[in-house]
Amino acid sequence: MENKAIICKNLTKQFGSFRAVDQITFDVEQGEIFGFLGANGAGKTTAMRMLCGLSFPTSGKATVAGFDVYKQQEKIKASIGYMSQKFSLYENLTVFENIEFYGGVYGLSRSEIRKRGEEMVSTLGLTNEAKKLVGGLPTGWKQKLAFSVAIFHRPKIVFLDEPTGGVDPVTRRQFWELIYEAAANGITVFVTTHYMDEAEYCKRISVMVDGKVEALDTPANLKKEFNTHSMDDVFYQLARRAQRTADQS
Amino acid sequence: MKQLLAFIRKEFYHVFRDKRTLLILFGLPVVQIVLFGFALSSEVRNIGITILDNAHDNNSEQIINRIKTSSYFVVKDPVLNYRDIEEKFKEGSIKCALLFPSDFAGQMSHLGKVQLQIITDGSDPNTATIVVNYLTAIIANYQQQMKPAPQLSYQIIPQVRQLYNEEQNGSLNFIPGVIALIFMIVSTALTSVSIVREKELGTMEILLVSPFKPIMVLIAKAVPYLVLSIVNFIIILTLSVYLLDVEIKGSLALIFAESILFIITCLSLGLLISNRTNSQQTAMLISMMGMMLPTLLLTGFMFPLENMPWIFQVISHVLPSRYYYIIIKAVMLKGLGFSYVWKETLILAGMAIFLLTIALKNFKTRLS
Repeated sequence: MENKAIICKNLTKQFGSFRAVDQITFDVEQGEIFGFLGANGAGKTTAMRMLCGLSFPTSGKATVAGFDVYKQQEKIKASIGYMSQKFSLYENLTVFENIEFYGGVYGLSRSEIRKRGEEMVSTLGLTNEAKKLVGGLPTGWKQKLAFSVAIFHRPKIVFLDEPTGGVDPVTRRQFWELIYEAAANGITVFVTTHYMDEAEYCKRISVMVDGKVEALDTPANLKKEFNTHSMDDVFYQLARRAQRTADQS
Repeated sequence: MKQLLAFIRKEFYHVFRDKRTLLILFGLPVVQIVLFGFALSSEVRNIGITILDNAHDNNSEQIINRIKTSSYFVVKDPVLNYRDIEEKFKEGSIKCALLFPSDFAGQMSHLGKVQLQIITDGSDPNTATIVVNYLTAIIANYQQQMKPAPQLSYQIIPQVRQLYNEEQNGSLNFIPGVIALIFMIVSTALTSVSIVREKELGTMEILLVSPFKPIMVLIAKAVPYLVLSIVNFIIILTLSVYLLDVEIKGSLALIFAESILFIITCLSLGLLISNRTNSQQTAMLISMMGMMLPTLLLTGFMFPLENMPWIFQVISHVLPSRYYYIIIKAVMLKGLGFSYVWKETLILAGMAIFLLTIALKNFKTRLS
C-alpha cells in the first residue's frame, strides 16, 4: 500500500450514455515512470483528470499518493504536479515571475521560492533569460521550463499530458532526461504520449482502447506478447480493436 | 493569503504589460469624457410637467390645453401649492413646473402685462433649457393668436428649437452615465475576458489542479479590476471637475460607497459571463453587445427613457446601471442624501448579491 503512488480499481466515468472510461484497474509504483497510452478519444485525458481531482469518477475506487479521489482532493492537489498538452506558463510574465507565481500558488515561502528558483534556472541554463518574458523563449526551452515549474513544489507524483507535442526530437530527448532526473529524485511520473519511442523510455506502459485498459506491462514484455519488435506495432494491433471514433474528448 | 497575493501580483503584471488593456483602461475614460462633453447631445420629448393654476380662467385653461396637446409634454397631476412642486422634483417625476398667478386674465386685459413662472430642474441643464424654449414658444404662439398683429406692422416671432446643443453645460447629465459605462467595460468586460483567457491558454487547468481554492481564483481575478475601476473613477471625477466644471454637490463618501457597490455588481456580472463562455471573443461579444449597449441606450443618460416604447422601459428596469445612474445623479448633481436613494441602493445591492451567488455557484471547479 505505502509504495504505490496510484491505485485504480474499476474506475469509471460516464457522460450520459457515453462511457469515456470503463472500469480501469492498475497500480503505479512509487518513483516509476508510467506510460499511459491510447489513441485519441480512448479516454486517457478523462482518466487522468479523475486522478488529478479535476473530475469526479462515476464509480470505482482510486487513491493518489495515498489519498482518496472522492474525499481528499485537496490533499491530492497539494501532492501532485500537472503539465497539460497546452503550454501552461504565462507568456507575458518573465521566467522568474512565472516561477514566483506557481511557487506562491503552492504556498511556498518567498525565500524558498528564490532559493529553489535560482537553482532551477541555473540547472536549465536559463540564468541570463530569467528576467525575460517567457513568450520570447524557444519552444524547447518553454517546454522544459513548464516541466520544471510543474515539479517546482516537489510533488510526489507528476502528471504529464502529452508534454512533448510539437517538440523536435533533440528537445524531446533532453526533456526525457529531465523526466529521468525527476524519477531518480523519487517523483512518480505518469505520462501520456503518442510517440512510441517515448513509450520505450517508460518503465511500464498501459494501452487504453475504448475506455478500457487493454494491455499493461513493461515495453519488452508487451513486444514479446504481441510477437513483434516495435512498440509501434503493439500499439497498432491494440488500437485497431477500437470501435468508437476518435476525438471524443 | 500569501497565495492570494502572489495571484493578485500576477494579475497586475498582466494588465500593465498588455498595451491594449491599458489603452482601454485609461484611454477610454478620457475619450468618453471628451466625446460626451463636447460632441454629443440629445433631444427631449415627453417631459413631465406639473401646473399650479391659481387663476383657473379661460386664458390659463387655453394655455394648459396647448401644452397638453404638444408632444413634448406629459402633464402630471396638478399640484395645490408651491411646496408640493419641490417634492415632485425630488421624486423625479417632473422636469418642469408652470405657475399661473391668481388674476391671470384680469392682469392680462387690464394691465396689458402679466407674468408666468417656469421652474425647471437645473441638474439636467440640457433638458431645462430645452423645456424653457418649448414653453416660451407655446406661450408666444398663444399670445400671437390672442392679439393679432396690427395691420401694416409685421411681427416676426422666431420659434427656437435647439437641435445641437451648443455651449451649454450638458456634462452634468452624462457624467454619471459615462461612469456607469466605464465600470461596465472595465469591471464586466475586462474581468470576464481575463478569466476566459486563462481557460483558452490552458492555465486554468493548472490552477484548478493546484491546491489554490477555485473561489480564490475568482477573488484574485476580481480584486485587481476593483482597484482599477476605482482608479478610473477618480480619473473621471477629476476630469469632470477640472475639465468640464462639474460641481459635486453631494457627499463624496456616499458617491464612493455607491460606486463600489455598482462595481461589485459589474464584477459579478463579469464573473458570470466568464463561467458561461469558453472563448475571449464570446466573452467580449456578450459583454459589449449584451451589457454595454443596453447600458448606453437604456440607462437614460443618452436617450431619455420617457421617450421609449414601453418594452424598452421594462427592460431598463433590470439593468443595474439604471439605478446607479439615478443614484449618482441624485447625489452628485442634486446633492441629495442617502434617504433619497435608499430604494435604488437596495435594488442594486440585491442585484449584486443575486449575481454573485449565481456566479460563485456556477464556477466550474471541475472541468467536466
